[in-house]
Amino acid sequence: MPEAPFVHLAGLKRYFDVSPPWLVRAIEGKPRQIVRAVDGIDISIAKGETFSLVGESGCGKSTVARLVVGLYPPTAGKIEFDGHDMSVRRNQNDMSALRRRMQMIFQDPFASLNPRWRVFDIIAEPIRAFGLSSDKADLEKRVGDLLRQVRLTPADGRKYPHEFSGGQRQRISIARALASEPEFLVCDEPTSALDVSVQAQILNLMMDLQRRLRLTYLFISHNLAVVYHISTRVGVMYLGRLVEVAPTDSLFRRPKHPYTRMLLDTIPDLEMTGRQRAPMAGEVPSPINPPTGCTFHPRCPFANDRCKAEVPELLASEDGMVACHAIEERRLGVEERSYGEKPSA
Amino acid sequence: MMTASNNPPLLEVRNLRIEFPTRRGTLLAVDDVSFDIAPGEVLGVVGESGAGKSLTGNAIIGLLEPPGRIAAGEIRLEGRRIDNLPYEEMRKIRGARIGAIFQDPLTSLNPLYSVGRQLVETIQTHLPLSAAKARQRALDLLKEVGIPAAEQRLDHYPHQFSGGMRQRVVIALALCAGPRLIVADEPTTALDVSIQAQIIALLKRLCREHGTAVMLVTHDMGVIAETADRVAVMYAGRVAEIGPVRDVIKHAQHPYTKGLMGSIPSLGVRSERLVQIDGAMPRLTEIPNGCAFNPRCLARGERCLVERPNLMAAGASRAACWLHDKAGVGAPVAKQEPVDA
Repeated sequence: MPEAPFVHLAGLKRYFDVSPPWLVRAIEGKPRQIVRAVDGIDISIAKGETFSLVGESGCGKSTVARLVVGLYPPTAGKIEFDGHDMSVRRNQNDMSALRRRMQMIFQDPFASLNPRWRVFDIIAEPIRAFGLSSDKADLEKRVGDLLRQVRLTPADGRKYPHEFSGGQRQRISIARALASEPEFLVCDEPTSALDVSVQAQILNLMMDLQRRLRLTYLFISHNLAVVYHISTRVGVMYLGRLVEVAPTDSLFRRPKHPYTRMLLDTIPDLEMTGRQRAPMAGEVPSPINPPTGCTFHPRCPFANDRCKAEVPELLASEDGMVACHAIEERRLGVEERSYGEKPSA
Repeated sequence: MMTASNNPPLLEVRNLRIEFPTRRGTLLAVDDVSFDIAPGEVLGVVGESGAGKSLTGNAIIGLLEPPGRIAAGEIRLEGRRIDNLPYEEMRKIRGARIGAIFQDPLTSLNPLYSVGRQLVETIQTHLPLSAAKARQRALDLLKEVGIPAAEQRLDHYPHQFSGGMRQRVVIALALCAGPRLIVADEPTTALDVSIQAQIIALLKRLCREHGTAVMLVTHDMGVIAETADRVAVMYAGRVAEIGPVRDVIKHAQHPYTKGLMGSIPSLGVRSERLVQIDGAMPRLTEIPNGCAFNPRCLARGERCLVERPNLMAAGASRAACWLHDKAGVGAPVAKQEPVDA
């Protein structure tokens, strides 16, 4: 990338201590237990792009989202936002000026809105917190505009969250996230709790807003079909590490890492092309006790002795990056995939 | 009437109506739903949350939670009426003739008993087997659903299994007494995508081998596309469309099904926008007159506002939409703009 990335994660790690209490450990002679939720991740996100992280539950994708917005401090590594290192101590004003520019949308719109606040106050909170508006008329106008932007009406501001459906609540969360006029939005499974027809509304809204407001997204999801529609580039995570990063079309049409291929196989076939999906054997191992070497080797049909011993590095491959010994040694070729083209309705 | 007319249906649901009496009046959650399931057939039931699909499933296995009740209609299993049976009689049918699989495998297993004990108890309730024979059958079932080292796993407790393995145990439990029908309510929703594919493949294989019919309730059209023979699409407590799965997916006849299929992101062409159906499914208290879908429908006419359509022949399927009636929808009426407040 020629210019400096807008958001840059370098060697980002986050470990969680899940040991039993000290006394239990002392009596039973057990060691500490550490979960390496995120174990060294490098991601660069350019301005205006949508970078998606996909993976199964427990792979650390939500932890990355929380690290990026600062809800967890990283164990190691660096987060740079528009050239500013987020771990540097700053005075309150500078920090909040940076914080204002990034916001987060959460998965569950039933849990992320305070049920005792009116929608107006929910959306006005970031405006007040960052001191963006002081007089009442201006605040009302801003909240009204935000509600209209997410296709609700200013009159909805007087209601409480329980009066809205799941999709409408997610619109309210989006309006709240947009209230501080951010440039970067972290979306943690924003449509997983919604029905498909509502999911389409929210995804369309997010794409419209991105074009209009020139937003940059970090999009977390386990749904590959959704990721395919919304992303510029995609990173695939497995047990705390990135196994493949590539532009969306390359990832879906020329997948390299065996895990990526497996994930693509699990997308249900709606075109009824008769494509048989081979169910992948095995399950995601426990992140407390990950396998040695490449953590995917117990499930990988191409694993050899090197895969069991040596952790593969993320190396450039065509227009993406992939962490796989088999690809590096050219034991495993790139697979071309095509998908049934939808008949134009 | 249906494609499977050569053999009598295993399950017949006729004009089923489920009501919830509340202080503010009676809510009609399932309204006049009829369908058949042939022996060995997989019928998918899809719809968004609140469409009444799970309630229909619960009514069939006799587990409607009060105050919900069957207000009208009948349910017949192998010709015998089962919706009005006393509790004890229904208990004998449930498990023996109808198996059930629920969404969350953790809550459908008893955490205090080993899975072996739960299997043996279920087997002995329904089949006249000695303890040793029942244990052997439990072991065979665990092997059949693909649990490795089944001999040891038999004495393990549910918390010692992973999510996918637990769902396998639940499937084994449902198969205990060799039921003719399994009602599976969102069996893969709580599982990871890679495990989902395993469980679907397992369910498909077992049902084919045992000749068990399945009513598969889910919101995931992908699961239906891969598993079901026929599919019923539910909307606001009614069946909007029912037909062979290929026809419903490829040539949807009801405007709701069309919108629903379009709104699922596909890996074919990447378009700028997904098809979206504006608005949301009406609440049970606010179901509009006429066709329940009319406020969101692009093709609605005057007739849709006043007259409620029943299922009628539409292509290879049957759809509840006046577009397929000779008289049509009447003079066109523009779709309601989605304004709240």
